[in-house]
Amino acid sequence: MQLIQTNEVQKTLDQLIGKELYLHLETTNGAYANHNNESVLTVNAYIRNGKVTPLSGKIMGNGPYRVGLKIELGWIYAEGLTHWEIDSEGRLLMAGHDAEGRLAVALQLSSSPFDV
Amino acid sequence: MDDHLLVIFPHPDDEAFGVSGTIAQHTKKGLPVTYICLTLGQMGRNMGNPPFATRESLPLIRQKELKDACDAVGIQDLRQFGLRDKTVEFEDEKFLADQFLAVIDEVKPTRLITFYPGYSVHPDHEATARAVVRAVGSMPEMDRPELLCVAFAKNSEEDLGAPHVVTDISDVFEEKMNCIKAHRSQTQWLVDSVDKDPAMLAWVKNERFWRYPL
Ligand SMILES: [Zn+2]
Repeated sequence: MQLIQTNEVQKTLDQLIGKELYLHLETTNGAYANHNNESVLTVNAYIRNGKVTPLSGKIMGNGPYRVGLKIELGWIYAEGLTHWEIDSEGRLLMAGHDAEGRLAVALQLSSSPFDV
Repeated sequence: MDDHLLVIFPHPDDEAFGVSGTIAQHTKKGLPVTYICLTLGQMGRNMGNPPFATRESLPLIRQKELKDACDAVGIQDLRQFGLRDKTVEFEDEKFLADQFLAVIDEVKPTRLITFYPGYSVHPDHEATARAVVRAVGSMPEMDRPELLCVAFAKNSEEDLGAPHVVTDISDVFEEKMNCIKAHRSQTQWLVDSVDKDPAMLAWVKNERFWRYPL
């Protein structure tokens, strides 16, 4: 993955508008968050292969970045994104990593379902 | 009868920290080990800085690491169950227990190592441990393997007492470190701290198990 270049990401988002896509959306502070520090709540959530059709999409902020995608009945939103790539299968992968290189948030869009 | 060791964990690298020395000692004697690993740790968080992995490439990396880790400690029989990280507790427990029973029936282990239910922190660890206990508990008493459990919740010693079995694995320290290093995407921090911290080194040189009361 590379550091996010907003104009490149925006161009990619623009190409996805109106297409039927599969969504991976995730946020995590690790399964051991509370084990490592009792004052911290272990908070993890993910959707794998939500089927969505973005009506519009934007990347915002000065880094880390936010991405918001409007869908027919609502929104897809992620904050804290630092890195991105279009992988070998043509999928848009965006993620936010902390200073230790641990993934904290991920927003990914693909024209075919993600592996389960 | 061969003294067969069966190890059951949900994540690649679960075997590395607490059990790989015991495994290496076993295989060094020429005795068989079967390792059931339920998932590929697909939801691991360590991607590196700069990132060397993505959410999508991580399982491929960890698959290779798992194979290398098995080679490092002489595991020849790796069974992967193809489940997904973080979802083990939502699978049907009896179905999982029956799959374990089928392997137990086949390899007839004398010892089985897994996590200690209630003292293994991660929901996948807990679910795996419960299903193993269910499987072994359903066997006739005389056929059961000895069930040894790894516990690392903070209250483990307080509640369970001192570990029932403490194994000094100094004689296979190199093999163990190679197993830990094989899972490099997830274990770099541990390798670093073993190099720096004598307490960590002592921790790695001893493996601790509690017998589960069935
Ligand atoms: Zn684990």
